[in-house]
Amino acid sequence: MKYVINRLVFFFLSLWAAVTINFILPHLMPGNPAEVMIARYQGRLSPLTLKALELQFGVTTQPLWQQYFSYINNLVHGNFGLSITYYPVPVTQVIANSLPWTLGLAGTATVVAAVIGVLLGIIAAWRRGGLADSILPVVTTFTTAMPYQWLALLILYVFGFELGWFPTAHAYSATMSPAFRIAFIGNVLKHSILPAATILITALGGWLLGMRNNMINTLGEDYVVFAEAKGVKSRRLMYLYAARNALLPSLTGFGMALGFVVGGAVLVETVFSYPGVGYQLVAAVQNEDYPLMQGLFLIIAVSVLLANLIVEMLYGRLDPRVRRGGVSR
Amino acid sequence: MSASAEVTAQAKRKARSARSKSLRAFFRNPKAKIGFAIFAIFMLMAIFAPLIAPYSPTATLFSPLSAPSWRHWLGTTGTGQDVLSQFIWGARTSLTVGVGAGALSTLIAVLMGMLPAYKGGWVDRTFDTITNIFLIIPGLPLIIVITSYIHNSGPYVIILVIGLTGWAGGARVFRSQALTYVARDFVVAAKLAGASDLWILFKEILPNMLSLIVSSLMFGTLGGILAEAGLEFLGLGNVSVVSWGTMLYWSDAGGALLMGAWWWLVPGGLGIALFGMSLALMNFGIDQVTNPRLRDASPVRQKKKKKVAVKGEVVHG
Repeated sequence: MKYVINRLVFFFLSLWAAVTINFILPHLMPGNPAEVMIARYQGRLSPLTLKALELQFGVTTQPLWQQYFSYINNLVHGNFGLSITYYPVPVTQVIANSLPWTLGLAGTATVVAAVIGVLLGIIAAWRRGGLADSILPVVTTFTTAMPYQWLALLILYVFGFELGWFPTAHAYSATMSPAFRIAFIGNVLKHSILPAATILITALGGWLLGMRNNMINTLGEDYVVFAEAKGVKSRRLMYLYAARNALLPSLTGFGMALGFVVGGAVLVETVFSYPGVGYQLVAAVQNEDYPLMQGLFLIIAVSVLLANLIVEMLYGRLDPRVRRGGVSR
Repeated sequence: MSASAEVTAQAKRKARSARSKSLRAFFRNPKAKIGFAIFAIFMLMAIFAPLIAPYSPTATLFSPLSAPSWRHWLGTTGTGQDVLSQFIWGARTSLTVGVGAGALSTLIAVLMGMLPAYKGGWVDRTFDTITNIFLIIPGLPLIIVITSYIHNSGPYVIILVIGLTGWAGGARVFRSQALTYVARDFVVAAKLAGASDLWILFKEILPNMLSLIVSSLMFGTLGGILAEAGLEFLGLGNVSVVSWGTMLYWSDAGGALLMGAWWWLVPGGLGIALFGMSLALMNFGIDQVTNPRLRDASPVRQKKKKKVAVKGEVVHG
């Protein structure tokens, strides 16, 4: 129980940090960017919106702490302001439209990458010094270091343009309208394969290497040696004795891995014009749509924090030691 | 000379010989050797760019979009610039940003990890929480948001932004490692001998973490190069600077793919991936020095190496 409370406290603390960073950043910058933006929209937006923008970005005479509390108050009530690009659509509406695409794309790709990477890591560690172990780690050092956008462009070129196997942009064909029909779902899947493959390939290596190293450490443990001596079948030894325990440290890196994937998704979505939060974030930045940008950053951060919280709760169930706070106690 | 000072002096001498031994172990690893070779080639290319590059990277002198040939080994861009010259000069910018950001983030990571671990108590708990928060707030989106407020940021601003946001992973490693040292005999001995806190931190504890520092530097550098490439690709940096990131930006903006000009797109990303690979390969060598269990198997050699490792551990302890 103490473990759960600890994790929850940390979750809200980091949530507060993300909100505060979001609030403070425009105030720290030289030559208040919001003033520039608001001056640009003078006469194009309604006076009421301009007033709201001024409040949101602190172009007021209010003291900073007062602005801070009204900002948090707005967030708590789900008021993220209006998007300037899609004026007068609320920021929350844009987020609601784009978040499912990213969750589907990056979420699925991350889970698949983790599963495949961990399995390959187990094999590489098990066949120490074998062919798989000498090739896989070297290949993955290359794939992990590839820039997301570069791989995305190459895949787009080969499989989209040259071979023409997959569509080159967007989440579904313009002729389709979203509906729960087999044809539409198939269309969405076809559009998601190239961007998902990009994320999958670049994310695989980290899981593989981490799992390989943990597995090698676990294989050296006395209980594994004892089990082997006692005649436990090798497949059973590999998956049920060694891999189960080696998996735990890999899981703690999940939050970090997810952060990288989300960063990668921003680039991948931009290349494929995939209408997720990353694509919208870049568009918002290019249009100097600060309300939308702030809202999107917040939602990206909250998603990663939430996913991390869920994994940590699971981790507490899987490894009783972390709940009790260490073996020694 | 007091007994404790003698102990520390002896430990130091032993540590030094252990260090040269681990350097040899590092180069005995074939992966590390290859990695170092690629790394050295890129570094030399970046340093001597003005001497090596055949043309100016920005001069629009040649016929646009010509395929690789004897005159232009990597062809030309859509505006008639020599791609090879851009690649060589781009290495200079990208490696500078990468190494700069890597060094800055490692410096912050050492301070944020080591000082609190040494102080302990509530200081440690507070800083550890801050580190963990920074660890899971997604890096690239944060960097994008920051640079969007600063208009047209050049390479130095990018170094600053990436360095200031990318230290958390390293800090966590330095903290947990420093925690294992604070109660060791040589630290206690130094304390009894009346050494100041700063002396103990930087002269007694820090040298033991050399391999971690190097590895943090390498991953910080890779992260910096990738982040720079991402920012430049999105047009958030200064697109008139020649770097591997802006090469990707211009080849995408100029429709290199639609016109089949693969030679314009491939070099920038390949340079990043190869350089990143060289860093990761060298890290294999470091991993095997610090963690004997990870050494490549061949039973006879392993036995020999294990002896060295055991000796090394005694020195640290």
